[in-house]
Amino acid sequence: MNRQAQTVVLFLTGGGLLHAGFTDLYLRYVKAGLRPLLIGAGVVLIAAATATVWYGRKQSENRDPQDSQKAHTHREPRVSWLLVLPLLALVLVAPPAAGSYTAMRTGTALQEQPWGYPELPADGPLRLSVADYAGRAVYDKGRALADRELKVTGFLALGGDGTPYLVRMALNCCAADAQPVKVALSGDLPAVLQPDTWIEVTGTYTPKQAKDPVNGTAIPFLDVTATKPVKAPQDPYDEAWNG
Amino acid sequence: MAISQEAGSKEAVSKEAVSEEAEPHSRHLNSPLLLTMLLVLAVAAQGPIRSVLAAPVTQSWMTVFVAVVVQALPFLVLGVLLSAVIAVFVPASFFARALPKRPALAVPAAGMAGVVLPGCECASVPVAGALVRRGVTPAAALAFLLSAPAINPIVLTATAVAFPGNPEMVLARFVASLLVACAMGWLWQRLGRGEWMRPPERPSYEGQSKGAAFWGSVRHDVMHAGGFLVVGAMAAATLKAVVPASWLNAAADNWIVAILALAVLAVLLSICSEADAFVAASLTQFSLTSRLTFLVVGPMIDLKLFAMQTATFGRAFALRFAPATFALAILVSALVGTVFL
Repeated sequence: MNRQAQTVVLFLTGGGLLHAGFTDLYLRYVKAGLRPLLIGAGVVLIAAATATVWYGRKQSENRDPQDSQKAHTHREPRVSWLLVLPLLALVLVAPPAAGSYTAMRTGTALQEQPWGYPELPADGPLRLSVADYAGRAVYDKGRALADRELKVTGFLALGGDGTPYLVRMALNCCAADAQPVKVALSGDLPAVLQPDTWIEVTGTYTPKQAKDPVNGTAIPFLDVTATKPVKAPQDPYDEAWNG
Repeated sequence: MAISQEAGSKEAVSKEAVSEEAEPHSRHLNSPLLLTMLLVLAVAAQGPIRSVLAAPVTQSWMTVFVAVVVQALPFLVLGVLLSAVIAVFVPASFFARALPKRPALAVPAAGMAGVVLPGCECASVPVAGALVRRGVTPAAALAFLLSAPAINPIVLTATAVAFPGNPEMVLARFVASLLVACAMGWLWQRLGRGEWMRPPERPSYEGQSKGAAFWGSVRHDVMHAGGFLVVGAMAAATLKAVVPASWLNAAADNWIVAILALAVLAVLLSICSEADAFVAASLTQFSLTSRLTFLVVGPMIDLKLFAMQTATFGRAFALRFAPATFALAILVSALVGTVFL
């Protein structure tokens, strides 16, 4: 790989990072907090490309032609070409956030909150996150949930035996460590369930529970009365753990 | 054999260089042209490519692949900048004064210094490379390489958050990681040979202005480590997307098998050390000791790191260093786990 090609790859990689950082694209792959670092890295890479062009030009002005030819013979290994691949994937394909396929292959990541579960507002329909509902249902025995109308938003996934799940992926750093929190759905469901569609489920607490076939952790059920398709949230991941 | 290969590749390079010098305006494939053609082809064939990529397996593969690269690049850039600062602006005499003279003492000092590099393992490889080039004892630089991604405050805080019910996990991780890092440093001190570690090849910066040398170093490191980072990301994505997690359940019952299984998993998954604690926390079917092994092995050796170490220190080094680190990390974390957990 010669200098020119290196400059192009550096510039494009930096541009790709800036593209992801300045749109919401980066939220599909990494946690929201990484944004400044992404933009910073993009700027540094573009600066490195610019500096390569700048100093290359200065060098060829100052030195006699034989010398500058010698300087150009230093090459980087061919493996550097691979840097083009993630760039193509990011810009041309823009793969979706981790979805139902990953969710069904990974055990539910439900954990008990050590500081307990705070009181909920006393009246009106309750809006809960998937993880909040699952945590209260499993570890708080649904104490504050019984006989309340609940609204939970997540995406659909179908288990191997056809059980529908409402899932939200939790993220700590990047999509490689994304883990699902699952709530199994029972009751009044639409006839056609399309995995990976985002829905808002209205329903009530039920003490019924199942075990995740992957890691044996408890999965609570939610008794559904109505479903409504909704737009995917800006950040597809639940980042509550990141504070 | 390695020598003959190297000689062969050098010959090839010089031949290429000669042919380019001889006919600078010929129309043979050069790298910018190839790059342009690749991009045009990708844009033209967008439709078919997209339909192939619509399968869930490929989608999940690509998501993980892009995610690992996007997540690691900022830290790689951070490490590369630090390494360029060390290479260009910090005089070699600084390290001679900062570290104890005796290598046996320099190793733990460098290991403890890992506390100050806030980042994940991608940043530590180029920094360790720069330290070696700056005349730091390789044993000390290696101790730093292994300890920095595991014992910095960000990683330890993440571990504490991920294991709210087991604060002793944080202490166990710190102790085990530091022990392995120092032991590997001393081991290299005793048994390591200079010729295994290829003196990192790079253009000489003599006679260049500091700015040119700085950006030259940045470009060189990004191109080298970046390419290998992509290799590691591809391997990790393949494993994450193809191997079912339920395979692990079979391993969880026997304690020795559990430790070995999670050690191998840490190598294969190549998760950033800032996030691995959360993954370990979700592997609830495994014992705490085997999960500690996962946390100790992961930041020290995984597919991505192995590829990057090969790029920085050479294959002869990586092939010896990686298995030794792997074995020692398993041993030490099993012992520390028995004591602390």
